[in-house]
Amino acid sequence: MKYKFTKKQKRLLIRIIVSACVFAAGIAVLLAVPSLPWIGRGILIASYLIAGYDVLRKAALGVVRGRIFDENFLMAVASLGAMALTEFSEAAAVMIFYQTGELFQSVAVGKSRKSVAALTEIRPDTANLVGNDGVTEVDPEDVSVGSVIAVYPGERIPLDGVIIEGRTTLDAVALTGEAIPVEAKEGDSVVSGCVNVTGAIKVRTTKEFTDSTVTRILELVEDSTSRKSRPEAFITRFAKYYTPAVCGTALALALIPPLASLIFGGDPAWREWISRALTFLVVSCPCALVLSVPMAFFGGIGCASKNGILVKGANFLELLAKAEGAVFDKTGTLTEGSFRVTNVETFGGMNGKEIIKYAAFAESVSTHPVGVCIRSECPEIPSQGDVSDVTEIPGRGVEATVLGKRVFVGKTENGDFSQNAPGVTVSVVIDGKEEGRITASDSVKESAKGAIADLKALGVKKTYMLTGDRESSARLVADAVGVGGVRAGLLPADKVGELEKIMKESSPVLYAGDGINDAPVLARSDVGVAMGALGSDAAIEAADVVIMDDDMKRLPLAVRIARKTVRIAKENIVFSLAVKAACLILGALGIAGMWVAIFADVGVMILAVLNSARALTVKNNR
Amino acid sequence: MKKTYPVEVDCANCASKMEEAVKGTPGVASATLNFMALKLKVEFEDGADEGAVMKEALRRCRRVESDCDIIF
Repeated sequence: MKYKFTKKQKRLLIRIIVSACVFAAGIAVLLAVPSLPWIGRGILIASYLIAGYDVLRKAALGVVRGRIFDENFLMAVASLGAMALTEFSEAAAVMIFYQTGELFQSVAVGKSRKSVAALTEIRPDTANLVGNDGVTEVDPEDVSVGSVIAVYPGERIPLDGVIIEGRTTLDAVALTGEAIPVEAKEGDSVVSGCVNVTGAIKVRTTKEFTDSTVTRILELVEDSTSRKSRPEAFITRFAKYYTPAVCGTALALALIPPLASLIFGGDPAWREWISRALTFLVVSCPCALVLSVPMAFFGGIGCASKNGILVKGANFLELLAKAEGAVFDKTGTLTEGSFRVTNVETFGGMNGKEIIKYAAFAESVSTHPVGVCIRSECPEIPSQGDVSDVTEIPGRGVEATVLGKRVFVGKTENGDFSQNAPGVTVSVVIDGKEEGRITASDSVKESAKGAIADLKALGVKKTYMLTGDRESSARLVADAVGVGGVRAGLLPADKVGELEKIMKESSPVLYAGDGINDAPVLARSDVGVAMGALGSDAAIEAADVVIMDDDMKRLPLAVRIARKTVRIAKENIVFSLAVKAACLILGALGIAGMWVAIFADVGVMILAVLNSARALTVKNNR
Repeated sequence: MKKTYPVEVDCANCASKMEEAVKGTPGVASATLNFMALKLKVEFEDGADEGAVMKEALRRCRRVESDCDIIF
């Protein structure tokens, strides 16, 4: 991705280049005219001032306001101290390197921001408000509920609403990460953030901009970095003590050894010890350290967003990375959540298609889930007079006259067939003869089995399923997808209790549900993952991690992203601390001078920043 | 009332100093500054004049970090 420097960054870059040139000139003059050192030194001071005048100004302002652990102040003391020791080239070099580090940091942060913004670039800038006098382009924030807006092909839907005119195809890839276009027509609800692909539509808004899906999602992503992860909290706390501690040590280093040797009658070697102390001040700035961790998490959260996984806080990414157990809701999470005809048994008289047709016609006004799914299986719609005398037999089924034949669909006297199979089986009796049986069941999601195997491979060893369903059918689903533990026959209120029992055995535990009737469980678990949450405000509210579509494969992907992010954050901490410590030790021993110290400091920051950028991309394979 | 403003600031440490400064401004109930997103979220006290409060908040921010801006 191309990155454009901001004005500020450009100015800093020019200053660094000019200063470096002046610096080189100064060194050259110093070497060429050793008899008159002040000419070279003067040029070096100019170089120093070009690079660091703003640091000096901020340092002065900081002192006036009593902030002595201000990084600008420390840099100023270190460099001015070096000049006092007549080490002008050190002073200028330190300032040039320091500013180079600042510039790099600023560019890296800008770049990281830009790439994350691009991943979540779903904020619509304008809405086409349809008024009495035509269409006007307005700020989405100014559109009130119930207004009509026009959305043209290629535009992003700015506000949630219902289509009142037109039909089109919508692309929700920015929201779900899934590039499958969805058809939408009059009467359908649309969510903001989707791109209108094919046709112009008019939408009556149902929400204000601030409550619309797109705003909620953006807020969620933007707020996520304000919930700190443990490494981040650690490094922030560490930074609080780090700067004063390093400054204190520097002071001790400048005073104690010379005084001690003075007492014992030796040479105090002030110059040497003060120069070592100044080296300490150069590495006392914690800014790069403080930045490297949130930057890794920011990248991880951005990467997750790109894949349709919204993480509400860096801390949840961390818990996800450590998850030992996974608990799933059955219906709607491991299964499709809707009945489908899975088997049609025939007894010779009619073929499957005919049986479905008779059953579907008989069920033509039914609201029972099984009736609805049989109907959806039949391509034909009964015309006037095809179906008459429909009677529901409560608890058994439905009877009707279809195309002149008496048809019964439901449980026959000889009982219930569904004991040992998942789902429900009904008989189709035509003119008193049982012609076939139709089994409808809630089928297991295709993605579920692979996802659970993947999770296990990632080390999420214990898997459980919570369901209100009966044990036998729950078992079948559990075996089909590879879930270990089954807790069946639970009332919604029991689920929290069962989850707590599981949490005692393994921790942390992630819970994946649809967020519709299991909000308390989502909230109680260590990491609550709401699946298929696009358009469901309640689920987005209750969950810690929101997976916009209901593809189970995103769950192991989320864990993988989390692991990588946490690993990068830890690498950054260990690496930067190690280098800082090395600089301090070598500096105290007088082995590393200011040059080495600032070089190492800037270098380690650059490496940490580059490392963080890796969090932006995670491959979705095993 | 809650409002979000874009912010310009260069370093993570300065951002947290700014956050403190905004929090201390009269009329501000709470504030969070997200450095990576460069967004300042301010919750105002009831009846606070947004423009005046933000002007004061920016003045306070400039005092801790002269090189910053809040766009309001």
